[in-house]
Formats: sequence, C-alpha cells, structure tokens
Amino acid sequence: MYKTCEELQRAIAHFTEELDGKFNGKTGKRYVMLCGGTGCVAAGTMKLKEKFEELLDTYNLRDEVEIRVVGCFGLCSQGPFVRIFPENVLYRLVQPEDIQEIVFQDLKEHRIVERLLYVDPATNETITKMEDIPFYRKQKRIALHGCGVIDPNKIEEALGCGGYQGFIKAMSMKPEEVAQMILDSGLRGRGGGGFPTGKKWQFAAAARSDVKYVVCNGDEGDPGAFMDRSILEDNPLAVIEGMAIAGYAIGASEGYFYIRAEYPRAVEHINATIKRAEELGLLGDNILGTGFSFRAHVRLGAGAFVCGEETALLNSIMGGRGRPRPRPPFPAVKVLWDQPTIVNNVETLATVPYILREGLDAFTCYGTERSRGTKVFCLGGKVNNVGLVEIPMGVTLRELIYDIGGGIQNGKEFKAIQTGGPSGGCLTKDFLDTAIDFDNMVEAGSMMGSGGAIVMDEDNCMVNVAQFYMGFICDESCGKCSPCRIGTKRMLEILNRITSGRGTMKDFEELEELGETVRNNSLCALGQTSANPIQSTIKHFKDEYIAHIVDKKCPAHVCKDMIQYIIDPEKCKMCSLCSRKCPVEAIHGLPGKTPFEINQSMCVKCGMCISTCKFDAIHIE
Amino acid sequence: MAHLNDAAVARIEEICDRYATERTPLIMILSDVQKEYGYVPLDVQEVISKKTGISVAEIYGVVTFYSLFSLEPKGKYVIGCCLGTACYVKGAQKVIDQFSEILGIQPGQTTEDGLFSIDALRCIGACAAAPAVTINGRVYARVKMDDVPQIVASYRREGGHIDHV
Repeated sequence: MYKTCEELQRAIAHFTEELDGKFNGKTGKRYVMLCGGTGCVAAGTMKLKEKFEELLDTYNLRDEVEIRVVGCFGLCSQGPFVRIFPENVLYRLVQPEDIQEIVFQDLKEHRIVERLLYVDPATNETITKMEDIPFYRKQKRIALHGCGVIDPNKIEEALGCGGYQGFIKAMSMKPEEVAQMILDSGLRGRGGGGFPTGKKWQFAAAARSDVKYVVCNGDEGDPGAFMDRSILEDNPLAVIEGMAIAGYAIGASEGYFYIRAEYPRAVEHINATIKRAEELGLLGDNILGTGFSFRAHVRLGAGAFVCGEETALLNSIMGGRGRPRPRPPFPAVKVLWDQPTIVNNVETLATVPYILREGLDAFTCYGTERSRGTKVFCLGGKVNNVGLVEIPMGVTLRELIYDIGGGIQNGKEFKAIQTGGPSGGCLTKDFLDTAIDFDNMVEAGSMMGSGGAIVMDEDNCMVNVAQFYMGFICDESCGKCSPCRIGTKRMLEILNRITSGRGTMKDFEELEELGETVRNNSLCALGQTSANPIQSTIKHFKDEYIAHIVDKKCPAHVCKDMIQYIIDPEKCKMCSLCSRKCPVEAIHGLPGKTPFEINQSMCVKCGMCISTCKFDAIHIE
Repeated sequence: MAHLNDAAVARIEEICDRYATERTPLIMILSDVQKEYGYVPLDVQEVISKKTGISVAEIYGVVTFYSLFSLEPKGKYVIGCCLGTACYVKGAQKVIDQFSEILGIQPGQTTEDGLFSIDALRCIGACAAAPAVTINGRVYARVKMDDVPQIVASYRREGGHIDHV
C-alpha cells in the first residue's frame, strides 16, 4: 500500500527497471512473449503455451526462459505470434508442431527459425523485428500504449509501463487545470461523437453537487469493432487511471465501468485490476495521501446496442431497460441517480493518462488541426492484414487500406470501406485520399465512428450490406419512439423486397424519403443515423439498386433470389461429389455416365456445391 | 410458482441477497440467474419480485429487453455464429443458414432433443477468424460451409471436439 506519491514513484522506478529487464536482456534470461488477443487465442495461443512449458522442462531451460502471455499484437491475420527477447525476433502463424523447433533451435542453440519469420508479400523480404513490418510502420500507439507489451494480470508491469504517472502529475495540478489541459490537447470523444472531452469535463465540474459520477462506456456495440475490448483486456490500469483523473477533474469520487457481458475477459481483467489497485492504494480513500478519494465499480451490459447511447446506458446502469430519454437535462448536469455524470469512451479514457504523462506537445504533434492525436481502428473484411491498428489522424484511407492493410485479399478489386458501423457510411475509391479525421470523414459522407473499418471488394453486394445494417438496427431499436421503431422496420421491408427481386422504383423513392423522416424525427442517435448505410450506398452505388429493381439482377451474385447455380455439362466430370454434398438433394445425375444438373426449384442456393466442385464446373448466373 | 422446489427458491433468494446493498440490483441478479440456470422463466421472475419488491412487469420488461436473458432454456451446445460486419462480408450468413438447415431450427431456437441452440451473435471481436463460430466458448475460425456438417456431427457423436483449424 503506497501512502504518498513519492513512495509510488520509487516503486514505479523499480517496476520500470523490472519490466525493461524483460526486453533488454539485463536479467540474463530470455523471454518468450505470446499474443493473448482474441484472434490469436482463437487460433491456439494457449496450446502453444502448454507446448512451450512442456518442452522447457524437456530441454531443461526453465531457469533461462520465461513464458509471458501479453495483450494483442494487432496483426491478427498473421497470428498466433511468438516474440522472443532480448533478440526481438517475431515468429508468426505459429502452430503447436513448430514449438519443438523454436525451443531447440532458437532457445537452446540461438539460431533463428527462418521459416517462421514474416515475409513482406510486396518485396519478398524476410523481416525479423515486429516494428520493421510495413503494417506497423505508420502506426503510433497512444491509446494502445502497453497493450501487447505487459501482462494484463500483473499490475506491477502496468506501473512499470508508465502506469499512474499521469495520475501523479494530475495530483500536482488543480482540478480545473487538468480539465483545461485536456481541453487544450484537443482530445475528442473516441466513441464516435467527437465532442471535446475537456469541454464535457468542464460542464460537469461546473455543476454544483456533492456527488458526481464518471462512467466509462465499454458497451462496444458496433459489429466489427473490438478496440475497446482490447484496451480493457490488455491494459486495464490505463483506463482505470484515466477514469480516476476524470474524477479528480470534475470532482467525482465514484466511477462505473459499463462493459458488455459478451466480453467476459475484459470484465475479469478490470475487476481484478480494480481490486489490486485498491490493495495498493491507487484507488480508495485519500489516494496516496492527496486527500482525493475515488472508487470504481463494474456494471455489465446485457446485450443491447442502444445502450451505447449515453442516456440509455445510464438507464441501464440504474437497472432498468436501456432506453434513451430526451435531452436536456444533459448528463453533465443531472443523470445518474439524479447527479451530474460524465460518460467517456474506453479509448478516450485510455488516452488521458498519456496526455498528462507525456505533456501536451507529445499529443498535439499527432493528428490534424481539428482532430488531434491518434485513433484506433479495427481493420477487417477483405483486406490482407486484418487487425487492430492505431494511426495518427490525418493518415489517408489509401494508406490505411494499402500500406497498413496490405491491400485487398486475393488480388480482387477494392469496392468500398465502411466506417462508423450501423451509424456510418461507406466510401468508395474516389475517397481513398481523404485524410482520416472527425470532420473529413463526415464531409466525405461517412463518419469516423468508434473505429470499425470494414473493407469490401467486388464480391460484396452493397444493397445486401445496407440490408444487413438495417436488419441490425431494426433488431436493436428500443421501440420507444415511433419514427425509429416503425421507420426502420419499413425500410428493412423495402430492402427485403428489393433484394428478393420484388422491388419497384417507387420503393426506391420511398426508401430515400423514409430515411429523411427517420433521421429528422428520431429521439436518439441510433434512430437519427439509422438510414446512413442506405443513404450512402444509394449515393455511391445507385446503379446496383437499379440493377436489383429494374434488371432483377444482383451484379455481385450475392442476393439469393436473383441468382442460379448452374453446372456446365462440358466441364462436369460426373464425379457426383456435389450431389452427395447437397443438403437438399437438389443435384441429380448418373455418376460417370451423365453430367449432373441442379433442380432449380429445389435449390436453396447455399453454395455448398460450388465450394466442393474440384473442376470449377459450377458457376453463378 | 408451480414447479420450483424450495431449494431452487432458496438459491434464487440467495442470489438476490448478494446485491442487497446495491441501489439498483436487478440486472446483476438476472445475470447471475441466467448464468446459473441458463434461462429466467416467469416463475423465477416471481421469486425475484417477491424478494426485491420490484414488480414482475418491470422484471419481465428488463428480461425481454436484453438479448443476454432468455425465457426458454438453451440447448446443451450453444452454437453462436458471429454475424458482425467483418464476418458477414466474408460469408457468415451462409454458415448460419447451413447450421439452420442441418439442425432444422432457426437462430434463437433449440432442437427438440435439447442438444443444440443457434444464436446469431454481434461481433465477438475475432475478425481475423472471420467467419467465426463459437460453441460453448470454443472458437472455430474461418468456418466454411462444408465444415458445418462435420462440426455438428462431432458434437452429436462425442459431445464435441474436432481439431479444426
């Protein structure tokens, strides 16, 4: 338990040295770092760990080598990863059967296992160090500081990695100076809203009340975005520190983490870190003898997208249905149990300690005039390097997709990038040179959003994508206001008609009109932005809508009711494989005698046949 | 409270007691009940109502609002197909359709033998594994349609487990 800031400083100096030792070789030991991000764990990190443990015993390396599971490395599509220090060697796509070779050849005999190194597909060059991979070159980790470096279960490592230094700095300032510094930094809400964080803090600080609250919005609902989860899982102390600093700035002594129940590991890490922080005196009464008290609690989101909206979220924390309510009163004035409350996103709070610790210039030197700093994106979809990236704002979409993302998979053509999730829009190749920041993205017709960035190629049908998002919103509409409840349902019905070949041009006009009505009349942002995916696809891909409505064709061959699977009798080798795999027995023929044929009235268009045919004899019309 | 025995009632009351000092405990109580029993049927809601003083109407409202809570029991194996955008653009719809086709149930339903449920999930954050499927917590990465029959069969046969990808 640390009683003063000086005492903590001394401990931090010690922890820093300890953590550095795990990278610089001064301990005389070697360290194997495994990526513990969701992607790598799904691909078998824990199996690798078991295998390492087993083989360290076999080769008697226990005293010389330590295994560490850390947070996400970011380049998920090349996982599972193994990094070895002090040499700083990165192995990728590691399988359990590779461990023997790594342990024997590298750990025992100090020879790099060349075949497991990353090869740059553009130059065919073999790369040993992680930071030399093009994917990482344009990145700067601020919100993700410490992620992929520290073991999230050890608070000492988080402290050794800059943890709580921002807090100590804040304690040497007046609360209003802290809020002013955050305002001066130009930090804007990373959840997608982009509201100046310092301004929000100042509103809440000015509200007169003995009890105030800080809420961390960890209800990451945008399908295809998982940066908040990564931060909560990989460096929980940074978010707790950010929350405590916010509490100090606005005069709150209690905070709530609202985290999706679907993120059990994030919940576990935050809970464990809060407990450890209390034990060490980093949270609680009279923290470090400063007179400032702060406690943090955790509340689980129970699966409702609308709870990302702040008034809905606060209703949910209070145990009720997560429905939004009209503003004013604004949360900063009166909300949680009728007290002033600020709601900040996970990434925003994780950025705060960096600004305090490193100073204004170290933050404002990144980004654009009106959007300072960096933004974390989850790059997904049809791009080669799927993963978690943090870029200085101002980087262009082209750099994001091609330099960092490594271009489109399988040499296909880029069609669109969707940002901002169900509230956002998609941008076409005409916008590739847009510098990413809050305002530019809105101007281009999308939004930065919370950080989902899904790349689509020529095989994606944009009407189908709009239908997908509308289905999502319709499901998630809370039902409180009729424009959203009824409007989204009607828009979905129209899209269903269009994608099933029953759409008319009148439908198309109605869709546009309805979108406007819902935008202008819904209660909360979920409804107001619900038509964005439709409106942006109509704007950029009107011809695809027309093809569906007038020609009854789906140019990308996605919409089931407009396609037919056809077997080319010339190419069919009569092997019967497709017929045996067809789940509805719609394919008939005589093995070795007559070419097979698909009975169109029975076919459910699942696509199983096309993926099983070894002779490329089946195509879609 | 027709078929709840005394032990079950005591257990639910014990869960309510865990949060006795909380100002607004409902969602926490429901989460624990859901975790322990797999669903929150009406008679359980009545016990919670009696214990906490929150009306059944309000509890029912909360249970049906959030997707985490279920009024019906789930199958022994819950097949969660991720339908996040990254999975969707890589063909997740076809995968979930295939599970539906083979098991003869729609997402949200449970097979008659109580063995399988299918859930459509919103982004599980495993976008590099797209399309991803989780079955009782185990993640299957880059699932193709032809993998589906094999996956289902493996759970039918021996309670699961094939080493896939």
